[in-house]
Amino acid sequence: MEKILPQFILQAVEQVQMGSILIGIYIFFLAAFLGYHLITRVPPLLHTPLMSLTNAISAISIVGAMTIAGMKHDTFTTILGTIAVLAASINAVGGYIITERTLRMFKGRGGGKK
Amino acid sequence: MSPQVINFFYFIAALCFILGIKGMTDPKTARLGNIIAAVGMTVAVIGTLLKKEIVGYELIAIGFLVGGVIGTLISLFIPLTRLPERIALSHAFGGLAASLVGIAEYYRHGAEMGSIKIAAIGFEVLFGSITFTGSLMAFGKLSEILPSPPITYKFQNQSNILLFVITVAIWIYLIFYPGASHIFYTMVGLAFLIGILIVLPIGGADMPVVICLLNSYAGLAASATGFVLENNILIIAGALDGGSGFILAILMSRAMNRSFANVLFGAFGAVSSESKQKQEEFYAGKVKVTTPEEVAYLLENARLVVVAPGYGLAVSQAQFVLGELAKVLKSKGVDVKFAIHPVAGRMPGHMNVLLAEAGVPYEDLLELEPSNAILPEADVAIVVGANDVVNPLAREDKSSPIAGMPILDVDRARTVVIIKRSLAPGFAGVPNPLFIKENSLMLFADAKQALQEILNNIKGVVSRLH
Repeated sequence: MEKILPQFILQAVEQVQMGSILIGIYIFFLAAFLGYHLITRVPPLLHTPLMSLTNAISAISIVGAMTIAGMKHDTFTTILGTIAVLAASINAVGGYIITERTLRMFKGRGGGKK
Repeated sequence: MSPQVINFFYFIAALCFILGIKGMTDPKTARLGNIIAAVGMTVAVIGTLLKKEIVGYELIAIGFLVGGVIGTLISLFIPLTRLPERIALSHAFGGLAASLVGIAEYYRHGAEMGSIKIAAIGFEVLFGSITFTGSLMAFGKLSEILPSPPITYKFQNQSNILLFVITVAIWIYLIFYPGASHIFYTMVGLAFLIGILIVLPIGGADMPVVICLLNSYAGLAASATGFVLENNILIIAGALDGGSGFILAILMSRAMNRSFANVLFGAFGAVSSESKQKQEEFYAGKVKVTTPEEVAYLLENARLVVVAPGYGLAVSQAQFVLGELAKVLKSKGVDVKFAIHPVAGRMPGHMNVLLAEAGVPYEDLLELEPSNAILPEADVAIVVGANDVVNPLAREDKSSPIAGMPILDVDRARTVVIIKRSLAPGFAGVPNPLFIKENSLMLFADAKQALQEILNNIKGVVSRLH
């Protein structure tokens, strides 16, 4: 354990100094903070479309899936990547359509907005 | 294309996502928000296609086309009453995608990964896999392929917690020994198993909380993917989704006055059979039964009618009849409002979507507090397919399992009409004293049929259903 631990910490510090992880953590918390303030302002009326929209947004995993499917590293990862592209596309495409379909239902008094 | 240019694409996409969610804060801008978010996704996908690491486009195109067509077909043709299932299923796909990306990344260069990266991969794969099987379970329960009541067995919580501890221990082990690939795949398998096991003991009416939590997990998994691939757009979009799901889960469990732990581990709603007899005694001889004709008369002569819908409305697909009834009453000068409890239905906002579909203007869909503010002035309150969310025991009996849960005070209206098929208890398994209150009238019928008969009576059409 004594041998492992300092090495582990050293490695961690090294990576943090490289910056990308630390910046990633900054970005994560800033986005989460911003998200918190926006989402608490969404009226319960729109909670279902909010959920289908954020679900569509989290289909951004497609970016990672495409990279892996397209880099042709080896057969196994290419297959996994392609399945991942397929799964993420269902949400990326379907998520916005169902949100639009749901939102189209919400009309104000007297027809409201179109 | 240089990484800077691609990062610019991602930056635009991130802005679009944030603006898209901002649009959702008002029904007037919500559709625009959705379009902006969709533009963001398109920009992110185009940016990724320009990456020089990508050398083959055929498989991406095939995956995208097949997934896109499936997604489009599901989203266009699924009835809105089945939206909770659709949402659960989409969380499953999101979790699966994140999980597979993590596995592929590990396979590519697991052994030479730094400890922080392997920690992120572990996190991504854990959350992705739990989300995948957990959401499939939720889908099964919502679509009633699987039994909707909690499934319990001895030492369930203990064994689940043990399993979870083992999985986390493996995750920590991997941080020190990233090369132990068989251990990594064991962890993936355990995560799939955990997803199944944690949803088993959760009953149908607790699904709003579970769906929100799975939504949050799917987001966190996507965010972890961002750490693995060092891609900020994934981190941002995942954080937005993770945060949103988490906030909604908190709102939902607060609306039931229960803790997360109670929802997840309480196996709430596992009704024991001995209480049935007690419930019969509870109601014996005290229930007043009414007819559609009488309700029609009451409604026509009311000034303010408040409708409290519940999951039963969705089950019997009664939203269109209800919408028409509201329209007819309004044309006769009766004011009609809808009182929407946050956990009415199977997902957040479920009732709002259904009633909006039936043409009810959204100004008439009231939240809990404004509803309770006008209920004492209502001449008639109609409860359609709801039970626990209108149970006064929550206010009055501190020992009740629903004690302290905020409810719609429909009993404060002058007359309460409860449309319900039987006196069967709601999800919480407790009798409802509302049904025997002095100002309560029970109409035993299927919601759709009952509303149709009331509507026919008001329209002066002789009901053929008799």
